[in-house]
This record gives sequence, structure tokens and C-alpha cells, in this order.
Amino acid sequence: MSTKISETLTFECETGNYHTFCPISCVAWLYQKIEDSFFLVIGTKTCGYFLQNALGVMIFAEPRYAMAELEEGDISAQLNDYEELKRLCIQIKKARNPSVIIWIGTCTTEIIKMDLEGMAPKLETEIEIPIIVARANGLDYAFTQGEDTVLAAMAHRCPEQKKKIEKTQKIDNKSIQELFTFLPLKIKEKMNKSLILKNQLPLVLFGSLPSTVASQLSLELKRQSINVSGWLPAQRYTDLPTLGEKVYVCGVNPFLSRTATTLMRRRKCKLIGAPFPIGPDGTRAWIEKICLVFNIETQGLEEREQQVWESLKNYLNLIRGKSVFFMGDNLLEISLARFLIRCGMIVYEIGIPYMDKRYQAAELTFLQETCKKMCLPMPRIVEKPDNYNQIQRMRELQPDLAITGMAHANPLEARGINTKWSVEFTFAQIHGFTNAKDVLELVTRPLRRNNNLENLGWTNLIKL
Amino acid sequence: MKLAYWMYAGPAHIGTLRVASSFKNVHAIMHAPLGDDYFNVMRSMLERERDFTPVTASIVDRHVLARGSQEKVVDNITRKDKQERPDLIVLTPTCTSSILQEDLQNFVDRASMSSDSDVILADVNHYRVNELQAADRTLEQVVRYYLEKARRQGNLNISLTNKPSANIIGIFTLGFHNQHDCRELKRLLQDLGIIINQIIPEGGFVENLHELPKAWFNLVPYREVGLMTALYLEKEFGMPYISTTPMGVVDIANCIRQIQKQINIWSPILLEKKFDFELYIDEQTRFISQAAWFSRSIDCQNLTGKKAVVFGDATHAASITKILACEMGIRVSCTGTYCKHDEEWFREQVQNFCDEILITDDHTEVGDMIARVEPSAIFGTQMERHIGKRLDIPCGVISSPVHIQNFPLGYRPFLGYEGTNQIADLVYNSFTLGMEDHLLEIFGGHDTKEVITKSLSIDTDLIWNAESQLELKKIPGFVRGKIKRNTEKFARQHNITKITVEVMYAAKEHLSA
Repeated sequence: MSTKISETLTFECETGNYHTFCPISCVAWLYQKIEDSFFLVIGTKTCGYFLQNALGVMIFAEPRYAMAELEEGDISAQLNDYEELKRLCIQIKKARNPSVIIWIGTCTTEIIKMDLEGMAPKLETEIEIPIIVARANGLDYAFTQGEDTVLAAMAHRCPEQKKKIEKTQKIDNKSIQELFTFLPLKIKEKMNKSLILKNQLPLVLFGSLPSTVASQLSLELKRQSINVSGWLPAQRYTDLPTLGEKVYVCGVNPFLSRTATTLMRRRKCKLIGAPFPIGPDGTRAWIEKICLVFNIETQGLEEREQQVWESLKNYLNLIRGKSVFFMGDNLLEISLARFLIRCGMIVYEIGIPYMDKRYQAAELTFLQETCKKMCLPMPRIVEKPDNYNQIQRMRELQPDLAITGMAHANPLEARGINTKWSVEFTFAQIHGFTNAKDVLELVTRPLRRNNNLENLGWTNLIKL
Repeated sequence: MKLAYWMYAGPAHIGTLRVASSFKNVHAIMHAPLGDDYFNVMRSMLERERDFTPVTASIVDRHVLARGSQEKVVDNITRKDKQERPDLIVLTPTCTSSILQEDLQNFVDRASMSSDSDVILADVNHYRVNELQAADRTLEQVVRYYLEKARRQGNLNISLTNKPSANIIGIFTLGFHNQHDCRELKRLLQDLGIIINQIIPEGGFVENLHELPKAWFNLVPYREVGLMTALYLEKEFGMPYISTTPMGVVDIANCIRQIQKQINIWSPILLEKKFDFELYIDEQTRFISQAAWFSRSIDCQNLTGKKAVVFGDATHAASITKILACEMGIRVSCTGTYCKHDEEWFREQVQNFCDEILITDDHTEVGDMIARVEPSAIFGTQMERHIGKRLDIPCGVISSPVHIQNFPLGYRPFLGYEGTNQIADLVYNSFTLGMEDHLLEIFGGHDTKEVITKSLSIDTDLIWNAESQLELKKIPGFVRGKIKRNTEKFARQHNITKITVEVMYAAKEHLSA
């Protein structure tokens, strides 16, 4: 258990005894994002209790999700799974008439080996509503990875693009050429060239973001004359983007490695591996990478980034030189740490549930570059952390800020360590240039609050 | 399978964890997949706990599915034993482990050989019992374990204390106002000259459990948790117990009289005197507690015959029903509980105090009942508060499940004489106040006698035209909902689909006629 800070990026793996949300929590934001969906979580009271407590007041707003609560008869196979699910899905169809029902498989359905993937197509034809199966269970995944399993399953449902592009492109080119037949040949050639440039191959972005954030990012790309042809997921299930061999895809969140794999392997899309658009530095690097792939020279991007940093000045003064410790629970940690290092913070440790070095490759390189650029020590990355050990390390390091789950926040505060709940980063708007401020607003809140209380003499609130 | 998205009582392991983490220096280890340690968040957030919740998970992952837990659980137990040196480690099964059917008892046996702590397996079945039943069972299990251990080791102390003394059983973490109730009970017993032998599980040490039998009697304030323990102690050690909840002026007196009866069995022999608490009861009732006086005051007169609905756990729902009906003259149209396992007791308690009894754990049934009854106020859980919001009916929260606002920092007991004051405030503030009442009369009467629709989801087939909407806006906010409902009901009765100002006035005349 060394607490030294190393010079290169080090990767470690601990016991996996850490606190995080169950991945079924993804229904909370996905049912809001996909307006015509219905999420059915097939699990036990334990799953239901978690959802009802984690989602708080959302429960009372007639949400478009429900539990299919398994009873003893289901577990011991005295009841027919297919008939039971059919009964519930018909009930849902009657009450809500959704465009898609998403079954969330849980630990229990895994253990009793309920064949959800097998039953779904059959039931789908019978009740005439698409049924998507996502196994977002605590046996395999942590928190935000739930979204990854849902989007990976959804990727299979996106319409095929291949033929459609060629057709429309042909028509476009033809009709445009016809339009310009009166022009001299030389100008016509020039026009065609620029048309090819603008007529880039389709780009689909994946990752669920609030619609305002999604349009902000689309707009940033439009400024570089890149057109986003679709999002996975879209606002409605019926608007899923078309995918195919010529489609480029790019992720907006670091926890979407399964989705990325599915898009590449099963849908033959081309993945653009870029850092994630979190923080102004990340956003710029993300846009630059996309532009590079499309062979477009970026315009005014550096100034745009500079402007954002300018506007963050007050926050930066507050956090420069302060230290931070990520306990790790939502997979946003690498990107956030990279941004905070660029802000001048010292990161002691990045705990993370799962580290996909391939999907996050660009982000990891960017993290390393950022450390060098800022002349700050490289943090250690701890996969599957052990919360108990982490708390011992924190006791020694006394970081200025711990980014942690709610289970540890109050006890750490009582011991004089400032904390920020990591869950808030999942629900707040943190992507793009516009929202960099929101990230720092979150990070600095405990520091600002505690500045006010500093002189009162009650930092430590436990009896020793 | 059951379509559900809300439940009143949680899964069994939550009950076990609540009891285990209430004791001092007891650690619980859950055999569960990643993410099932949500209990830690609840305790840390709702109770605003300063200490780390002594619950960890022995994670069930793919490898465990494939090969079984093998050494993992044992390792986790011995590791925790070294790290925290707890007195007791409770291995807690979850829904997952109960389907895996691993021999957890075997792990416990092996782990207890290599660790200094005692290790036990919580004996609860996820699919048979809920949170409250599991808590009751776990508490009994822990007490039994330590008393039998003491008996084996020969250090069981069954001689009574010199002065009359009591154990308070069933105060625990995440309980509804438990901390405040506990303080109030201590005060009550102190006033009566009774020593507190032990309070369990909250803040108790398992190493002291062998001294439980020294008390003269056990007090079980809540029905849900502690009764099993009290029954065990009665059977094994002949300890009497009192399970009358001292909530409301009448039941506090009942409870105190039972205490008097119990201690007067021994005190003439041991202390050569008899206790008489009648003077104390009278003094407290008439002058210290304000509730008795409140029920006589003209404020409370205005509440006479108003309709209320009560729903909650068995203890709180039954006590509040009795308080509303006997002590305040309020008409309880329907009372109910989600403690289906305690149905018989509940029916017996409330049958003469309400028009209707509802036993269900389905919140939509409760919602529909409230919509049908249209009470002036609801007394229920957090769920009923939200139902009330949708129907524009005020609600006082009287029972778990609750949110963080029901873990107040200020002193808010429900039990004892201070509790009666708190309840009186809660009830009074929940009903629309006197002045508003008059306004209600002016704008179209209040006690609606008929039903609009029989369910919570009121369909909107009626169209309000622009003028009538404007008119509706002029009506003060707190009565607007009622007027709107009355008008719509009138419209429905007369097959009117378009609501104009004329219809509104007609409805008003119709109702006051």
C-alpha cells in the first residue's frame, strides 16, 4: 500500500470492494432521454428498493419504468417466464403504448438463466412492440456501464445505411451538377471539389446526453462544417440513426466501450478514438480529432478554448495547487482528472471501476500529455479499487478534495476531508465548451462552502 | 411476476442490516453483487451518519457464479475481523445468495474458527419476509446467541436490579423518529423512578446482552421490531413485557398503568413499597402535555367531524387512528397498514375507530381509496404525501417509509407526553385552518359528499373555456383545486362537456343548495 506519487502513469488493480450504484440506475436518465420508451426491470425487491430510493422524487412523477418483480414461483420455475412477461408487457402496452419496451436483465435473471434474448423476438412479434434486452446487472457492470449495455443492444436496431447513402449521394451530385450546367467547366470543377469536402461521410455520435447538451455539441461541430447525421440514442426510439459501413461514429462518454465495440464489429462503423468532450481542453481535442479524420482544418478552435479558460479564471484561482482524490465509481474519472490537472490541481489517485485501455486510449494519452504540460506528477490509476484501503491512503494523503460516492461523503466530511458526490457528475451537464463552468461549479462548491466555515473551529466532528 | 414500481417495506436484508449496524462494534457482511450496498448510502444520507456504515459486501461476480464463493466469503470475514476488530460479524444473505444456495452456514463456521469476533449467519429468507420482519428476527437471533453463549460460559446474570428497571427493545437506525422517541421514553421512565437497564439495538454492545435479564420488565414501543425478542425473553427468563405503544394521551396512561402493575409484583417484596403513578398521569395529562387541553380548546372544535385517512406501519397507523378518533373527535374514514403480516392485530386495534380498514402493500390501491374518500387531510407515509399533492389534500407524515425531511434535527418525538404535543401540532397544521375554512364555505362548501371518479387518475374530458379559466384563476390558490373538482363533478352529473362561467356558478349554487 504505497502512497507515493509516481512519475509515469501507473495502473493497479485492487479487490473490487468498492461502493457504486447498480447499473440498473441507467433507467433513471434513459427513460427521460428516450421519450417514447418504457423500461421494465426484471428483478427482485432489492432492485426495486434501490431504484425507489436512488431516484427519490422521480418515482412520484409517473415514470415510464417499472419492476417486473420476481416472486418465489418465478425463481423455482413454477410459473412460465414467457407467459408472465407477456402478461406484464400487454399491461404496459395498454397503459402507456410505448414505441419500445426495454427489458433490463438483473443479477437474478442471470443466475436463474432466464432466456430474455430468446423470449424477446417471439414476444415482440406477438405484441407488436419492439423489445430490446439489456443485461445491466451488478454481476458484470458498475453504474454508468448500464447505459453502455442498453446502447449496445440498441445499436442492433438502428436501420442500415449503406444503400441509402449511395443513392442519395448520386441524386445529390447529379441534381447539383445539373443546376450548374450553365457555368464554365473550371468553376464547375471547383464547385465539385468543395462539394466533396462538405459532402462528408455520415457521422453518428453515441452516448445519452440531455438534448440541450447534444445540440450544443452538434453546433460546435457545425462551426467546423461537420454535420452530425444522428445520435444514439435519439430523443425518440423511432428516430434512431442509420448505421453502416461508411458511417463514422464517435463516443461522447468514457463508459461506452461495449457500444463502441458493437458499432465497429457488428455494424461495421468506423470508430473515431478521441478524448472525451469534457472540459474545454477535452472538447477541443475531441473536435480536432474528428476534424482530422474528415480532413478538415479547424477554425477558431484555439481562440474558443482560450475564451472559455478566461471565463473560468475565478474558479481556477480557487483550485490551483489543490489536491484531489477520486475514489472511483462512474468511469468518468479519467476525463475529469485530466481536466482538473489542466486546471492546475494535483490528482493523487484515480479510482475507476473498469478501465478499457483501448476505448480510452486517446484520453489516456491526453492525460499523460496534460501532466507533462502542467509539470504535475502523474496520478496512479486504480482499477476495481478497495474502498477500505483508499480511506487508509486518504488518511495519509489528506487531499483537499475527495470525489466519492454518497456512502462515504458524510463520514469523510466529519473527518475534515472536503468531498463532492461523484453521482452529481453523472447527472449534471458537463460536456462541451459551454458546460466547463458547471464542472468547476461542482468541484469548487465544497471548497467555497468550507471557506466560509473555516474559522469556526469545527472541521473535525468525530470523537477520537 | 408482479408489475410494481414502489414498495412500502424494503427487502429482508435491509432489516438485518438496520439491526446489525445499530449495535456498536458489529459489522455486517453482505453476500451480494456490486451495487447492493445501497444501504450505506441511505444510512449515511438519511441519518446523516458521521461514521462509516459498518457494512461491506463480499462481492458476488461472474467468478462466484462459475465456481462458487469458495474462500472469498471466509477471507472477507477474517479480513474484516483484522481490520475493524468487531465484537460480532453478521453474514447477511440477499436475494442473490438465496438463489445461489451456497452453504453460508459452512462459511460462518469456518470463519469463526479463525477470527476473534463472533460470527453468525442472519437467518432470514428473502422471498418470505420483508424488511421489518427480518429486523425483528435478526434482533431476536442476536439476543438469543449471546444469552445462550453466556449460559454456556456460566456468566448469565439473572438477578434483578435493586431498583425497578426496564429494557427498551426496538429502537434502531433509520426508524421513524426513533432517536427522539428513545430520549422521550428515557425521560418518561426516569420520571417514574425506573432505571434503564439496556436499550437495544441502538447504541448497545453485544457483549452486554447477557445482562438483559436483570431488568424487571421489557418495553417494546413499536410492534414491528422487538416483539420476537420480548417473547423469547419471556419464555426463557420469565421476563414480562409491555407492548402498548405510549403514543397519545390515552395509551400513554395505559402503558404507565401496565408498568405500575408489573413493578408492583416485585417491589413490595424487594423494596417494601408499592408504586402509584395515577397522580403523575393526571398531572402530566392535564398540565404538562398540552394535547388534552388542545382537544378542549375551540381550535380543535373546528376539526370535529372532519374526514381523515390514515395509512402507515401497524404501530403508527393504529395509534394515530385512535388519537384522531378518541382524542380529537375527527372522523377517520379509512385507516390502513402495509404490515400485512400483522393484519389481525391491526383490525382488532382500530375496528371501532374508523369506517373502513384497508390492508394492502399496493400504493395504487391506497391512492384510489384516498381519491374516492376525498378526506380533508391524510396521515400517511411519504407516498401518501405525494398522493395528497396530486389531489390537493394536505398530508401529515406519520410513518416510514420517509425522506430526509423526516429525520429532523430538532426534537420531534411521537411517543410520550412531548410526543402528544408534536402530534397535536402535526394534526392541526395539516387540516386547513379556520379562516381558510370560511373561505371554502364562501366559494362553494367543503365536505364533498359524492365521488367524482373512483380512481386517482382523473381523466380530462372536460373543456374549460377561456373565461371560465380566467375566473378559476381569480379564486385563491388553496381552494382552487376544490372548486375545480366540484365544478367538474357538477358538469359530469349534468352531462356538460364545456365548462363556462355560467356552469361554474351553477355548480356553486347547486352545492350550497
